Amino acid sequence: MALASTREREKVATVKKLINSVDSVVADALRGMASAHPGLLRVDEENRIVSRASGPRAGKVGLVSGGGSGHEPLHAGFVGYGMLDAACPGEIFTSPVPDQMITAATAVNGGAGVLYVVKNYTGDVLNFELAAELCADEGVEVARVLVDDDVAVRDSLHTAGRRGTGATVFVEKIAGAAAEGGAPLPEVVRVAEEVNARSRSFGVALSACTTPASGRPTFELGETEIELGIGIHGEPGRTRSTMRQARELVAVAMDALDEDMPISGDVLVMLNGMGATPLIELYVAFAEVAEYLSGKGARAARSLVGDYVTSLDMRGFSVTVCLLNEELTRLWDAPVETPALRWGR
Amino acid sequence: MDTAVFARWIGEIAAAVRADKDRLTRLDAAIGDADHGANLERGFDAVVRALADDSPDTPGALLGLVGNTLIRRVGGASGPLYGTAFREAGKALGDARTVSTADLARALEAGLAGVRRLGGAAEGDKTMVDAIAPAVRALAEAVRDGSGQREALGAAASAALAGAEATIPMRAGKGRASYLGPRSVGHEDPGAASAALVFAALCAAEAASDESRGG
Repeated sequence: MALASTREREKVATVKKLINSVDSVVADALRGMASAHPGLLRVDEENRIVSRASGPRAGKVGLVSGGGSGHEPLHAGFVGYGMLDAACPGEIFTSPVPDQMITAATAVNGGAGVLYVVKNYTGDVLNFELAAELCADEGVEVARVLVDDDVAVRDSLHTAGRRGTGATVFVEKIAGAAAEGGAPLPEVVRVAEEVNARSRSFGVALSACTTPASGRPTFELGETEIELGIGIHGEPGRTRSTMRQARELVAVAMDALDEDMPISGDVLVMLNGMGATPLIELYVAFAEVAEYLSGKGARAARSLVGDYVTSLDMRGFSVTVCLLNEELTRLWDAPVETPALRWGR
Repeated sequence: MDTAVFARWIGEIAAAVRADKDRLTRLDAAIGDADHGANLERGFDAVVRALADDSPDTPGALLGLVGNTLIRRVGGASGPLYGTAFREAGKALGDARTVSTADLARALEAGLAGVRRLGGAAEGDKTMVDAIAPAVRALAEAVRDGSGQREALGAAASAALAGAEATIPMRAGKGRASYLGPRSVGHEDPGAASAALVFAALCAAEAASDESRGG
């Protein structure tokens, strides 16, 4: 009986994905992005590169990011004025390959060099490293900034280090604004590193996600179980716990951030859904975040609430906080025009 | 061993990965992100196609093409790591047309060194290094002891398999499984498991080449 119902669930999970075939998910989604945003994006389907429709601008530092697919709108949804010049989507939850990164860097290079924004995951780091070496051989100046904001990874000496999660959006937006304003490569690198240094994230899963290829949840959570400290690939996190009120879950996340980097003053906050969390629940959680902040004498001076760095169909949330200063606030407020973030233009 | 044996090795790896794709993916689901089987299948399929398009005439050139294809086309951590292993091994073989067991042992040592350098993992970190390192050691020892080629490759394959199984009680120190800390204990590392397949495939390729010659 139990076996039959498990089998039944697996079958349903396999069938109920809005896809044509498991093998064509990424390619089909890229075609969709190209059709939906012809004024903003140019999609090179063959090389798997999404770049600005307007092409490279002479003298501007090019910003390139990339990573496994399944985190949409990250990264291709952030290509456009004031943010990325190109994104390299990999297979689902698999880093892109050096060929894509090299082609992207060459395509967006306006003569002022290129910055790779890399999330700290072993695959992304290795592939971007090899790509940067090959770019240097081809005479394209490439710098890299590593995003590693996830405080759930406590023991960074005995692991692959802190993961790059929500702060990637902040780095891409703020470094993108600096590049758009004409800052030279070392200056864009400095700003990107500063955003990363001032940002921390913590994620909670209420349910696992299901990759199209496996058709099964990436980990098992019981009816009342939750996972604290998840990364963005459905990989399990710090500890298992039991379901609680939003107020308590937000407190766990915010305490973890505050313990690592005392929160004060004006902050930029992203309350991020993991792909399948209703917006109303994200607002419930954001109310708790705002209350928590005022308890610390801090204030959410800027905020994003919604799906920005997802994990396919996972239910849950992550919260990312960046300690703002005058410069970072100004760059955050600068105009941006991408499929997923748009203001001031 | 000539270029044909190495080409057969790659074919055997592709077949083994395809046959064991679900097991590798299951191992990866337990402590990683459930894509190791699919990534390796895609990678070695690409390698098989590359070898069909361009038939290198030395073992070193063949391994170099395998490595570059894996690096440039596969993604994830396994693409660059396996790619580097094959590329470094290919470089070490130079342009020799035939390769002795001793040459192969030295080449695989170079491959292992490349993996260590790029990934930063040591033995005991619960990674592919835990299967590759004992296999490379066993091969070198067998060469020193004067074992025959078949026996030496068999020793390497056995050592790789034992090394992969020995990752079960380990706590991961590198790669995505390291984020689990103590919860990574009790699961076989998928990278070590696939590395064991690679060494078993080498045995199979060597044995098959012998049969095809009628000996």
